[in-house]
Amino acid sequence: MSKKTLIVIGNGMVGHHFLEQFVASPAASGYDILVFGEEKQRAYDRVHLSEYFIGSTHSDLAIGTADWYSEHSIQLRLHEQVTAVNPDQRSVTTPKGDYGYDELVLATGSFPFVPPIEGREHPHCFVYRTLEDLDAIRHSAQKGKSGVVVGGGLLGLEAANALKSLGLQAHVVEFAPRLMPVQLDTDGGALLRHKIEELGVQVHTEKATTSIVEGENARIRMNFSDDSHLETDLIVFSAGIRPQDTLARASGLSVGERGGIVVNDQCTTSDPHIHAIGECALWNQKIFGLVAPGYTMARTLAAVLNGDRDAGFTGADMSTKLKLLGVDVGSIGDAHGQTPGTRNIRFNDEQAGHYRRIVISEDGKTLLGAILVGDNSHYDTLLQYALNGITLPDNPETLILPENQGGAPVLGPDALPETASICSCHNVTKGDICCAIDAGCGDLPSVKAETKASTGCGGCTALLKNVVDNELEKRGVAVNKDLCEHFPYSRQELFHLVKINGIRTFRTLISQHGKGQGCDICKPVVGSILATCWNEHILATDHVPLQDTNDTFMANMQKNGTYSIVPRIPGGEITPDKLIVLGEVAKEYDLYTKITGGQRVDLFGATLSELPEIWEKLIAAGFETGHAYGKSLRTVKSCVGNTWCRYGVQDSVGMAIVLENRYKGLRAPHKVKMAVSGCTRECAEAQSKDFGVIATENGWNLYVCGNGGMRPRHADLFATDLSDEELIRTIDRVVMFYVRTADRLQRTSVWMENLEGGLDYLKQVVLEDSLRICAELEEHMNSIADTYQCEWQTAVKDPEKRKRFREFVNLPEQKDPVQQWTTERGQRRPAPVPA
Amino acid sequence: MKTRTCWNTICTVDDLVPESGIAVWTEEGPVAVFYLPHRLPALVAISHKDPFSGANVLARGITGDLGGEPIVASPLYKQHFNLKTGVCLEDESVRVKTYSVLLDGNRILLETRETQQEAVAA
Repeated sequence: MSKKTLIVIGNGMVGHHFLEQFVASPAASGYDILVFGEEKQRAYDRVHLSEYFIGSTHSDLAIGTADWYSEHSIQLRLHEQVTAVNPDQRSVTTPKGDYGYDELVLATGSFPFVPPIEGREHPHCFVYRTLEDLDAIRHSAQKGKSGVVVGGGLLGLEAANALKSLGLQAHVVEFAPRLMPVQLDTDGGALLRHKIEELGVQVHTEKATTSIVEGENARIRMNFSDDSHLETDLIVFSAGIRPQDTLARASGLSVGERGGIVVNDQCTTSDPHIHAIGECALWNQKIFGLVAPGYTMARTLAAVLNGDRDAGFTGADMSTKLKLLGVDVGSIGDAHGQTPGTRNIRFNDEQAGHYRRIVISEDGKTLLGAILVGDNSHYDTLLQYALNGITLPDNPETLILPENQGGAPVLGPDALPETASICSCHNVTKGDICCAIDAGCGDLPSVKAETKASTGCGGCTALLKNVVDNELEKRGVAVNKDLCEHFPYSRQELFHLVKINGIRTFRTLISQHGKGQGCDICKPVVGSILATCWNEHILATDHVPLQDTNDTFMANMQKNGTYSIVPRIPGGEITPDKLIVLGEVAKEYDLYTKITGGQRVDLFGATLSELPEIWEKLIAAGFETGHAYGKSLRTVKSCVGNTWCRYGVQDSVGMAIVLENRYKGLRAPHKVKMAVSGCTRECAEAQSKDFGVIATENGWNLYVCGNGGMRPRHADLFATDLSDEELIRTIDRVVMFYVRTADRLQRTSVWMENLEGGLDYLKQVVLEDSLRICAELEEHMNSIADTYQCEWQTAVKDPEKRKRFREFVNLPEQKDPVQQWTTERGQRRPAPVPA
Repeated sequence: MKTRTCWNTICTVDDLVPESGIAVWTEEGPVAVFYLPHRLPALVAISHKDPFSGANVLARGITGDLGGEPIVASPLYKQHFNLKTGVCLEDESVRVKTYSVLLDGNRILLETRETQQEAVAA
């Protein structure tokens, strides 16, 4: 039996989501699937488009890989625009030919609306929709000073943020009297405006642009209907979207008066073999310009094509929670109180910059809508009340009052009905989560993997964790955070026990707070905690047995039992004389020599007994240990900076050396990497480090919690334009907070993602001192820096410690017989080890 | 030629490190000797050779206990070995050789099976 053909026009987020749903369904085996995409790239995450300007690439934003398409035998034809749909022949036409279909899905999305203003074709006028648009904006911005966004809605403010991140003076021009007129009311809009202006974006409301002409002091001049004008170097139009219904219109399908392909509850158009989903579809006279309703349509259609007669799209909640230019904004349900008889409660704290409004039904029992500006912490609770019709408390104002003024605590997970939607991106209800747990998911990661909850926009992360923890506890599953069988505590709890009780040895800790003798999990953790707290030599007798072999012998064990040596080369700066010493030592001991990724030199193949001799020579030449073996600061990579580079704006090498010398030796839950770049060209790749510093004309920008390696993550911008002192103080605080609160072997990236409240919470703790611990963190870091010792220097001088480096204690001259060598590319390397 | 066991002095108490291991050279190859002052017996010995990597490294592993049994974790690939039986916890078909070890005054004695007529004087 020959297969039928399914054609999808449009390879955006919704089109891709539909494919994901469809290929996982039984009907998929009966179809050949052909997808046409107008853009050159595969589907990408348009919601996070502006991250493209702060370093994300198409592959960061891509949702689905080329492999995924080929694995599922989907033919993806990118950059091939469909020019006609022929419903009678059941075919589509592209410049390359005609293709027949049995079922056709239109997922063509929308296009940006550009108001019919005279002069809008100016070469420096843009829209904000595709990666190509963004490339064009970036190119235009390179020689510009200022940029205007026309439209003060959600996307417009995103675009303004993008212009700001390109270094332009950003302006927002809005026709309505306030920002985000759809989602916010007057007071909310005013507060948002105030906050955005504080961030340096200029807002102009009640401005209608009448013409765009050549400027006098900038490229363009915008004339407004009130005879005022504004000069700027580029304009981005973000005045709303219009459904992309051209193909449907031309082929005779029903379209709405103001655009949009008319669909029924099954997402089928006026032709029974043509379907439409996402922003191009008009359902019940409504266009849905958010991704979640588009996903719901995609799921509905996949079910319909599988013959599910009950499947139907029933509308979608348009509540939104977002962060615009760092300002929390939330809008739920009937935010403007358009339902007859509604009553409002408003809380407006101009001092703190928080505005909250709730809209309540006439009988006072249900929450119909809400507006939040400045603080979204109430959003999840309010949304659950609104979506599930949960009866409001007698004093509903407590829902939006600050907690210390009688505000109600957040709605506990128990109060949510089974049907409560937890993750709207993937349509996961509390009931689905309970099912997953009953089916054997015993922790948060497995629930996420099973249900996909919280893998879309991520807005529900905290709520999901609450629900999962609560359900697990109800089922008697202790959420086990024990380190291992010897300690019923997490690493963080052990840290507190050690610090508060002044415990200085493993033996004391395990006899007072644990049981048994310890193991290779808890011993290094406790060793690290003791080192962080008291900074005693790691080879002090009590501490030796706690360390992994690399820490014990202060070198990195390689596969044949020999070690590699990495001397510290702060910032990657080294004198010719020191470089010669490294070469001479390597030659004398026949060490394999390789440059590391961290701008250092790694010397491989030293036997245990050679280590102290080699280090005596290195120390004599002025080297100190590089801690490549420790869970501690490795290296601070740097570019050459403004002392040589014609683009550099600060002395990145100098700063890297300062940082390396400050944090060297500090024991942490895992290794810590840093880098300093002398300008935004970012040659030191600082954004892939735990702590990345990038020079600006005014100081330093600090990025935190990045990662390379197995699980790459771009670092988040944490603070901008810091002075040298501010930079060090901020890093001190973050480092010490990490060291105190992270789990065992948790890099900063995962640590931050697991902090409840994430980056914002970390900012509050570190920049606003919300826990009032910053002074203590700084003091702790100072004491560690003050008591630094080069572990190798101490070790080589101490005959007792040197005894540890005997290969065989009874025969000092005996060589290890399994260490056999061969030569490759002029250097010695291990011969295959006999099993 | 006879096989017989004998006790050899391999080191003194001063060479030991509490809660940790040292390596000694014997006729049978390298042996790891562990000193666990909080257990009985306080001295245990197994082959120094890690069967998974073939490298002589087990004396440099972290010691402790799991389920009450004394263990050492290989410093290379982190498998655990029971210090009394030599059995690998992750793969019970793998077992490293165990040795008897004694404290005699200040000296540490290790039992090996000599295939030569003369034992090294104890």
